[in-house]
Amino acid sequence: MIARRFVPLLATFSLLVVMFIIGGFQFEGFASLQVVTNLLTDNAFLLVVALGMTLVILSGGIDLSVGAVVALSGVLCAVLISEYQWHPLLVFPLVLVIGTLFGTLMGSLIYFYKLQPFIVTLAGMFFARGLATTISEESVGIDHPLYYAVADSGIALPGNAWLPSYAIIVIAVLAGLFLLTHYSRFGGYIYAIGGNSQSAALMGVPIARSTIGIYAMSSFLAAFAGILYTFYTFSGYALTGIGMELDAIAAVVIGGTLLTGGSGYILGTLLGVMLMGIIQTYIIFEGTLNSWWARIAIGLLLFVFIALQKVLNRSSQRG
Amino acid sequence: MNTETSHSFTERLLKSRYIWPLAALLLMLIFNLLLDASFLDIHFDNGRFYGNPIDILHRSAPVALLAIGMTVVIATGGIDLSVGAVMAIAGAVCANLLVATDVSLFTVLVAGIASGLLCGLINGALVSYMGIQPIIATLLLMVTGRGIAQLLNDGQIVTFQHAGFSWLGSGTLLGIPVTIWLVLLVFGISQLMLRRTALGLFVEAVGCNSSASRYLGINDRTVKLMAYLLTGFCAALAGIISAADINGSDANNVGLWLELDAILAVVLGGAALSGGRFSIPLSLIGVLIIQTLNTTIMVSGMPSKLNLLIKALAVVLVLLLQSDIFRKQISGLAGKWRHS
Repeated sequence: MIARRFVPLLATFSLLVVMFIIGGFQFEGFASLQVVTNLLTDNAFLLVVALGMTLVILSGGIDLSVGAVVALSGVLCAVLISEYQWHPLLVFPLVLVIGTLFGTLMGSLIYFYKLQPFIVTLAGMFFARGLATTISEESVGIDHPLYYAVADSGIALPGNAWLPSYAIIVIAVLAGLFLLTHYSRFGGYIYAIGGNSQSAALMGVPIARSTIGIYAMSSFLAAFAGILYTFYTFSGYALTGIGMELDAIAAVVIGGTLLTGGSGYILGTLLGVMLMGIIQTYIIFEGTLNSWWARIAIGLLLFVFIALQKVLNRSSQRG
Repeated sequence: MNTETSHSFTERLLKSRYIWPLAALLLMLIFNLLLDASFLDIHFDNGRFYGNPIDILHRSAPVALLAIGMTVVIATGGIDLSVGAVMAIAGAVCANLLVATDVSLFTVLVAGIASGLLCGLINGALVSYMGIQPIIATLLLMVTGRGIAQLLNDGQIVTFQHAGFSWLGSGTLLGIPVTIWLVLLVFGISQLMLRRTALGLFVEAVGCNSSASRYLGINDRTVKLMAYLLTGFCAALAGIISAADINGSDANNVGLWLELDAILAVVLGGAALSGGRFSIPLSLIGVLIIQTLNTTIMVSGMPSKLNLLIKALAVVLVLLLQSDIFRKQISGLAGKWRHS
């Protein structure tokens, strides 16, 4: 008998496999390594954002500002590199620091003034999106040798598949967060706060430092995703990532993390992003379905998983 | 004696919930009058009134409708993020009926409102009977709603020609835009229902403490369900007047970000997001503040992109002013300054 907390994770994994097999039977070239690596490359920035969201939701909070932070850091990168001629390697640390400070500020408001995370990060979303449009309303192109160099590098995999270098970076981020969440003291604090922040405080968990750290981490990862996005599009645009926060939340929930906090897995979020990606891939392969079906399918999936969480929670309380 | 009563009067005035939102609105109007002395002028032409105040009221109608519903939902301790998407659905339902069928205007309106009520029923059932957090439950419809509206419209912007329907969005009655009348009507009815019956008390009781109100014999689930039905209704009506205003249904853009404006209006009106005490008139003042801000930015020639930044700072400021800890810090600082 598998532990109850693994049930959503297992459901997501089985769905992923089933989708892959159905697609493989229906369409030529669906069940190939290239499709898998494309899933990773096309959803790289979403995965990074969703990983940050996982930490926030594990701690019982929510971060609605991530999509706007992605846009802001993308625009900052593009403007500094293209218009001010800064070197990208100088720009990236600066953008990451700005992102982290932004999250620190939101976390501080949430912790010190006991404000609801939802409304603070909503204001943060307004602010970051407003700042991004103020800096540049137009999409700003990036034309720098470093970008071409990165775009051309990668690893050739068997079966004519190609793993671009920034997919490798994402795998590194995933590994780092996996270790941080499941094997570090900070990770333990996140689970403790999400489980019950009062008892966590009584057990000596530094609530202030951890809460602020969690939101700082989420914004840091969103800024990182914004930089990745510039490598994907070779530009920065203030309107990128609209609705990305919803996709990220959906991926986290589908990946089996409890919305009430305290229970979930980093690798579950990877599965959630992959499942959402494969639904989109399936709809592209199918060709006749309207792309809006993807959103409806994701909404339904989200509903099923929330209902599943409720049922499992209820039976675990009874048992 | 006399000074004491006047002291208590000013104190009461300062403590009144109306003072801050009204002061903010007045301040903004004065700022506008300084920029343009004719800002508040209204003139009568061709059987209807024109002028900035009328324009502000007309433009704020959709958000005002949303804010009425949102106030009640927030008072029950919930939130409805799906209102923008519901607007899109109701607009799409009406537009398609007008284009594809010959049914009467009444049927079209009933169908549009019914689609909104259905959305409200779904949200309400998820929140009160399945016990899902309101943010997440309404997020579901926010994600899927626009998709459903797009499917109804087949991905196109559906345009229609129907004088009667358009009248709802851009017509006038007694010289005043119909949209303003509709807001007044919905406001009047909801205010009557909530303040002249015990319903408002139930809503506040459920918002303060849902389980305590259940022990008092209030059916907290039904109260919550009704609140979501009300937002569904208001959102549908807002969607109808938005569609009527542009003679078409644009599922991608109608009501985009309006859920945030509606929430902001309620917060500006001083309601706590954790539920409890509420006031629809205060929320409507919040709506006027937001719309005056939009108009101010437009009239003063500032780039409209500053809009979001200013709104964000306004939300944070209002939240901080509502926070007890912040107030204590400020009065602590003020005390130190006075003593030194």
